Amino acid sequence: MASPAPTVVLEGLTKRFGPVTALDGVTAEILPGQITGLVGPDGAGKTTLLRLIAGLLKPYAGSISVLGHDSVTDVGAYQRNIGYMPQRFGLYEDLTVGENLNLHADLHDLDEATRRARFADLLAFTGLARFEDRLAGQLSGGMKQKLGLACALLARPRLLLLDEPSAGVDPASRRELWRIVRTMAGEGVAVVWSTAYLDEAERCDSFLLFDGGRLLASGAPADFTDRLKDRTFLIDLPEGRRHEAQRTAAAHPGVADATIQGGSVRLVLKEGATLPDPKTLGGDGTVPRPVRPRFEDAFVSLLQAGTKPPAMDGARSGVGAPPDGAAIDAHELTRDFGAFRAVDHITFTVAPGEIFGLLGPNGAGKSTTFRMLCGLLEPSHGSARVAGVDLGRARATARERIGYMSQRFSLYGNLSVRDNLDFFSGVYGLAGARRRDRIAWTIDSFDLGAVVDAEAGGLPLGFKQRLALGCALLHEPRVLFLDEPTSGVDPLMRRAFWQRIGALADLGVTILVTSHFMDEAEYCDRLGIVYAGRMIATGRPDELKRRFASPAMPEPTLEDAFVALIESYHAETPAAAGPP
Amino acid sequence: MSGGGPFGRRFRGLLRKEFVQIVRDPSSIAIALVMPVVLLILIGYGISLDARDVRFGVVDENRTGESSGLYQSFASTPYFRPVRFVDSRHADAALMRGDIAGYAVLRGDFSRKVVDPLRAAEIGIFVNGVDSNNARIVQGYALGALANWAQGRLSERGQHARPAMVLEHRYWFNPELRSANFIVPGLIALVMTMIGALLTALVVAREWERGTMEALMVSPATMTEIMLGKLVAYFVLGMGGLAVSVGLGIFVFEVPFRGSFPVLIGISAVFLVVSLAIGLLISTVARNQFVAAQLAFLVTFMPALILSGLMFDIETMPAWVQAVTTVFAARYYVSSLQTLFLAGNVWPILLPNLAALLAFAAVFLTVAIMRTRRSLE
Repeated sequence: MASPAPTVVLEGLTKRFGPVTALDGVTAEILPGQITGLVGPDGAGKTTLLRLIAGLLKPYAGSISVLGHDSVTDVGAYQRNIGYMPQRFGLYEDLTVGENLNLHADLHDLDEATRRARFADLLAFTGLARFEDRLAGQLSGGMKQKLGLACALLARPRLLLLDEPSAGVDPASRRELWRIVRTMAGEGVAVVWSTAYLDEAERCDSFLLFDGGRLLASGAPADFTDRLKDRTFLIDLPEGRRHEAQRTAAAHPGVADATIQGGSVRLVLKEGATLPDPKTLGGDGTVPRPVRPRFEDAFVSLLQAGTKPPAMDGARSGVGAPPDGAAIDAHELTRDFGAFRAVDHITFTVAPGEIFGLLGPNGAGKSTTFRMLCGLLEPSHGSARVAGVDLGRARATARERIGYMSQRFSLYGNLSVRDNLDFFSGVYGLAGARRRDRIAWTIDSFDLGAVVDAEAGGLPLGFKQRLALGCALLHEPRVLFLDEPTSGVDPLMRRAFWQRIGALADLGVTILVTSHFMDEAEYCDRLGIVYAGRMIATGRPDELKRRFASPAMPEPTLEDAFVALIESYHAETPAAAGPP
Repeated sequence: MSGGGPFGRRFRGLLRKEFVQIVRDPSSIAIALVMPVVLLILIGYGISLDARDVRFGVVDENRTGESSGLYQSFASTPYFRPVRFVDSRHADAALMRGDIAGYAVLRGDFSRKVVDPLRAAEIGIFVNGVDSNNARIVQGYALGALANWAQGRLSERGQHARPAMVLEHRYWFNPELRSANFIVPGLIALVMTMIGALLTALVVAREWERGTMEALMVSPATMTEIMLGKLVAYFVLGMGGLAVSVGLGIFVFEVPFRGSFPVLIGISAVFLVVSLAIGLLISTVARNQFVAAQLAFLVTFMPALILSGLMFDIETMPAWVQAVTTVFAARYYVSSLQTLFLAGNVWPILLPNLAALLAFAAVFLTVAIMRTRRSLE
């Protein structure tokens, strides 16, 4: 088969920023008419590569050729043939939808007639026609993303570069975006789609998988996952045993990867290994089901170099006995910001030792709910009890029982690991022997011994994450709040993190997680789906998925369930039919 | 393609975008048009270097007709509101408390010595010297009041023995020594600095922060077009700020304007270009708004306030500080403004200033253009 000339050719491409190597000897091709996924965790080099292709950065070594022109000497020659959507979409929030489009039309020097025709096309295509006069800053995340895409498509580019277009956007909009981009690829455009969501890689025609600046694998996603055929299984487990079973399975010599997936444990076997007996894992005798390998399975088995499961010494953690009744009890929580209702009568309870996930797109009201439960924000209406304490009455007492780890870790980058621990233990009011004990426990159980004297800011992401978690646990909280703890981190790190969280839950610590990351949601015992300020569903991940199983979709993913939930929500509440 | 030139459709599109953003963004309008008003009113009214109704003590240990005559001569000028003390310790205490700016002491033998042709009558003058500018002014006025008294006393007695000389003070250009006349022109320089450097650095930094700069850079627009769009938009805004400030100065603060408006506009335009170029230069270094604001304050606002002759007279600074002031454009602009407002089109002053400002504009624009590359590195 004669393949068309590649749109982008990378040859031995290396990029350095000072002493840091962001990309290391990358050689690859990007073909027209295909969606090429640029896949990898944060810091893998995806954005750097896109910027290099766009001619915004110069290679340190090697070369890039775009549409036959060199990216350093001849960038002007292909400039008008590329469409680029940077992270956060590159829109002027204080201009309207129409003004943003007009600016891009001006930049590409389109005349009136062409402009009118393409606006009509793109506005219909993206469903933005009704919102032409709305300020871009007042659009929902999904609509901003579509507007960003429309701007990038205005000049009919032959190469479309999209930098994490789906990050933080609700799954329904994400699917819509895929539909649009798929159409573009069908017209012969070369699309480069960068993402930290590994499941998106499976939808691409081909992928480039990066980790730490190196190209780990490339090709068609099916070829990549097919290597694990007959080596991927699901073992159903009875209630309450999954964390332990996962730990046991992960330690098994024949197992490359073991993760929790709803009420089951997902196993990826090493090459030639045999399946461990489900009974030893605490299975209830059902036969392990072979399942289709996912992109993530293949990535992990590629990375897997025998990571040791973290030890969590329960006896010494000294986490207080779980309180009676619900650990978190949110009742009719409501929060208004001016005329805007960010959270609308949200009610749910979380049992002690349960991992509960608030799942929803950016702007759905997750963070606002979260802040009210941490006592950082006063509810306009409704009440909340956390660890047996009414937040409206005894906020200080409640805070003593709460641990909080934010997405950005909230560490002091220019203090050493020990200084950070010292500081946070002081903040939490620990003193004397207890303080020494807790710090020693944290250093020991989070494997921080080797780096105690290093500056926290210079540590690798995995260490930072452990330190942040350690700091949040210093005062032995009964309830732990995690804000998107593992979005964008590599899958091994995410596994290690959730293994710790599982161990903590087994000790009776209640955990509340917010996320817009479907993979993260699978680790939760129960989920609350938040959309447009309301809790539109709660349930175990398996229950939610099962609800939408049909002959056409026998094994729906959590994302399928989410999309179906949003659709039925719009069907039931016509008032909310338009995006907020 | 049509309209691809530097002033074609792309440039017009960019320019339109800048103006729409200025109109929509209350903070740009606030900095350009409201801040001048606030600054002028706050600093114009708040900082007064005038000596008027200064509370000044007269310690009268003598208590005779001679001494109360001297007290009267303090009371009869508009500059003083004298306070009588009988004990210098009380006056001392009042000075400590800040109730009076200074005091004069007449000893018990004052009236005797005054009439004694062989002995001079001593008068002690004590002035609070914490604010040295103010102290000098108070001292000057006090000496003036004493001289008046001595003169009057002589003519009263019919002693027409003429003094060897008579000092006649005239303050040119600002005869009443109104500080508004002196400060308001300087404040205009401050306002122009803020609009040019601070606002420009901020809006470019905001484009970096929001990722819009990246989107522009990948489009066919050239860096020159992008930057020129900003320059032109904020130049217009800055000239608007100038109009507001000058209008306020002339109509509200009643500062005289003795030069010509075309010259004012010309020199201001050159200074604004210097400020804008510095703003752009800052934005090539600082890609977030916080750092941009810090740098703009440090590099442009503070020198314009302290080293431009706006607040502190450059002539009275130590030689090395005077040397430092020469590298800040604000000094040449402040001097031009003060000349234009208070003296007129004095070309021997204006021309060297204009030449210096043009040189600054050329240097900073060149460096800013050289440093702005279509690249993220």
